[in-house]
Amino acid sequence: MEYKPIRKVVSGNYAAAYAALHARVQVVAAYPITPQTSIIEKIAEFIANGEADIQYVPVESEHSAMAACIGASAAGARAFTATSAQGLALMHEMLHWASGARLPIVMVDVNRAMAPPWSVWDDQTDSLAQRDTGWMQFYAENNQEVYDGVLMAFKVAETVNLPAMIVESAFILSHTYDVIEMIPQELVDEFLPPRKPLYDLADFEREPFSVGSLATPADYYEFRYKIQKSMEEAKKVIKEVGREFGERFGRDYSQMIETYRTDDADFVFMGMGSLMGTVKEAVDILRQEGYKVGAAKVRWFRPFPKEELYELAKNVDGIAVLDRNYSFGMEGILFTEAKGALYNTDAKPLMKNYIVGLGGRDFTVNDVRKIAENMKAVIEKGELDVEVDWYHLKR
Amino acid sequence: MEIPEQVKKKLTLPAEEHFYAGHTACQGCGAALGLRYVLKAYGRKTIFAIPACCSTIIAGAWPYNTLGANLFQTAFETTGAVLGGIEAALKARGIKVKGEDGVMIVGWAGDGGTADIGLQALSGFLERGHDALYIMYDNEAYMNTGIQRSSSTPYGAWTTNTPGGKRHFLEKRHKKKVIDIVIAHEIPYAATASVAYPEDFIRKLKTAQKTPGPSFIQLFAPCPTGWRSPTDKSIEIARLAVQTAYFPLFEYKEGKYKINMPNPKKEPKPIEEFLKLQGRFKYMTREDIQILQEWVLREWEKLKKLAEVFG
Repeated sequence: MEYKPIRKVVSGNYAAAYAALHARVQVVAAYPITPQTSIIEKIAEFIANGEADIQYVPVESEHSAMAACIGASAAGARAFTATSAQGLALMHEMLHWASGARLPIVMVDVNRAMAPPWSVWDDQTDSLAQRDTGWMQFYAENNQEVYDGVLMAFKVAETVNLPAMIVESAFILSHTYDVIEMIPQELVDEFLPPRKPLYDLADFEREPFSVGSLATPADYYEFRYKIQKSMEEAKKVIKEVGREFGERFGRDYSQMIETYRTDDADFVFMGMGSLMGTVKEAVDILRQEGYKVGAAKVRWFRPFPKEELYELAKNVDGIAVLDRNYSFGMEGILFTEAKGALYNTDAKPLMKNYIVGLGGRDFTVNDVRKIAENMKAVIEKGELDVEVDWYHLKR
Repeated sequence: MEIPEQVKKKLTLPAEEHFYAGHTACQGCGAALGLRYVLKAYGRKTIFAIPACCSTIIAGAWPYNTLGANLFQTAFETTGAVLGGIEAALKARGIKVKGEDGVMIVGWAGDGGTADIGLQALSGFLERGHDALYIMYDNEAYMNTGIQRSSSTPYGAWTTNTPGGKRHFLEKRHKKKVIDIVIAHEIPYAATASVAYPEDFIRKLKTAQKTPGPSFIQLFAPCPTGWRSPTDKSIEIARLAVQTAYFPLFEYKEGKYKINMPNPKKEPKPIEEFLKLQGRFKYMTREDIQILQEWVLREWEKLKKLAEVFG
């Protein structure tokens, strides 16, 4: 069948819901939370209209949403959920359970700032606080990437038996409408065949088995190592699946760090998610203004693309790491990760951390220009003014 | 070992064993007996969801499994939610649940994991109407963590965080009536059971299997370690709990209450008979015993009234 995309104007949340529908998810367990809610509402509509055959479990909390997805996935179903901020934090314990039990659940997290003070706007701290749970994390720049990301995530997750999180920005993507290209169902089915579970609680032919039982110090260590091995394998799978996606549907995701005009760049802006759309726009403008700059969008934060970062870093004088998140007592989280990944390499670009857009603070092309001016001066001087720049602070 | 047919005919419990030797329960453990009876009733086509509790240990450390059924061990507070997820997956996959030939999905959680930390997920499970059975095995404290009080611990009981001493610091709250909370959800079937009355327990398990929707059984399961009782007295203690009406056997089905006492006409025995076999009650004063006795009889009268009015 020839690929003819279905063009549709959808919000980021509807893009996620359509992707779940097209991925033929079998169980959705979810709890309402702003600004995620329209994802699960749309899925409920699909069911009500007879467009989908999905078991929908309207649970009493996000903790139970993840627990129900875990039960469903362990019993062989393709399971999906979505959440935001406090909801994701409430799930935290069960995120460990999903990866430890090697269940390829896919979840959309709508990046939202943590309270207090209450905020419903964009901020990456909620998802990045889940860094060590054994979940893969993909940060979407736009609604198209939300849709594509969910489909790819299922394929990657079910290959390496680890769960995956697709992350989109609150309101900037979740509630903003844009044209996306969706894939006809038959072609999605070819790309993403039905799940073949690693184990199945409903399999009564084999010897009775137990999942999640006690492991003594003689064995626990190896269980952890196997998760890391699978994360390493996931890097290969992500690139292969990203390449296959490009060959089939014209949008290539084989790079875990998408580079934009970086070939001859003096310095690059690095970040994740929707803010990188603004950055790319700014790069085009700054190039006309004589800045030799590029953009590096980290698509997959876990597993972390160390090798691709090295390839980028060895050819530039500086990296401006834009963090819409913060690890208190330290610095922006991507900044820590990027510096750490380069430490034992010969790539030593000057790296500066700009904290931007926390709690939905606007981040514009003009902001990127100011950062470029500052970064240029810092590089010319050959030393940092400050390492971590709370860029928007009202002084 | 093959059991001769003429012997089989006389057995009041299913002969098949699906609970293997080599489990790691303590001697006289009520929970281990309970698991054995559940497996006798349901056999291989059972999926267990077990949260953090003694049964995590009883089922064995990786890679062993002493239960002849598939088992998913989950986080402490999630039994109800995991049951819902398993049921949804089986339905999505077109696999028959419950009934004679269907898969039995069984939550097996202690009183702490049910009455305390798991109460929210239990409530969600009940009100959403999942086709599964939730069994709370009630040993009246957090036994796996070393005998701390739960909301199911009775008045006057010693535990490690309600110890007895010169200031007479003991559990001062009466046992939480989890079954009443469950029944308030108006589910099709709820019952109490005891390891001292396995025929009654298995009959209730069979009823749960036949009844669509969520079922709940609160199983009285003595813990010699935590109750400071002789390991060969577990069944006697469990029987006295019923005979004193401390833990009466009853069932709730489609709005109707039915009391299932072994000798329905007999008056309850004095509560001392139940208390005296257990070291955990040794700090109780005469007044304490009187307070507990009054509570037991008050609750017993309430139950009799319910059975009379809604029988």
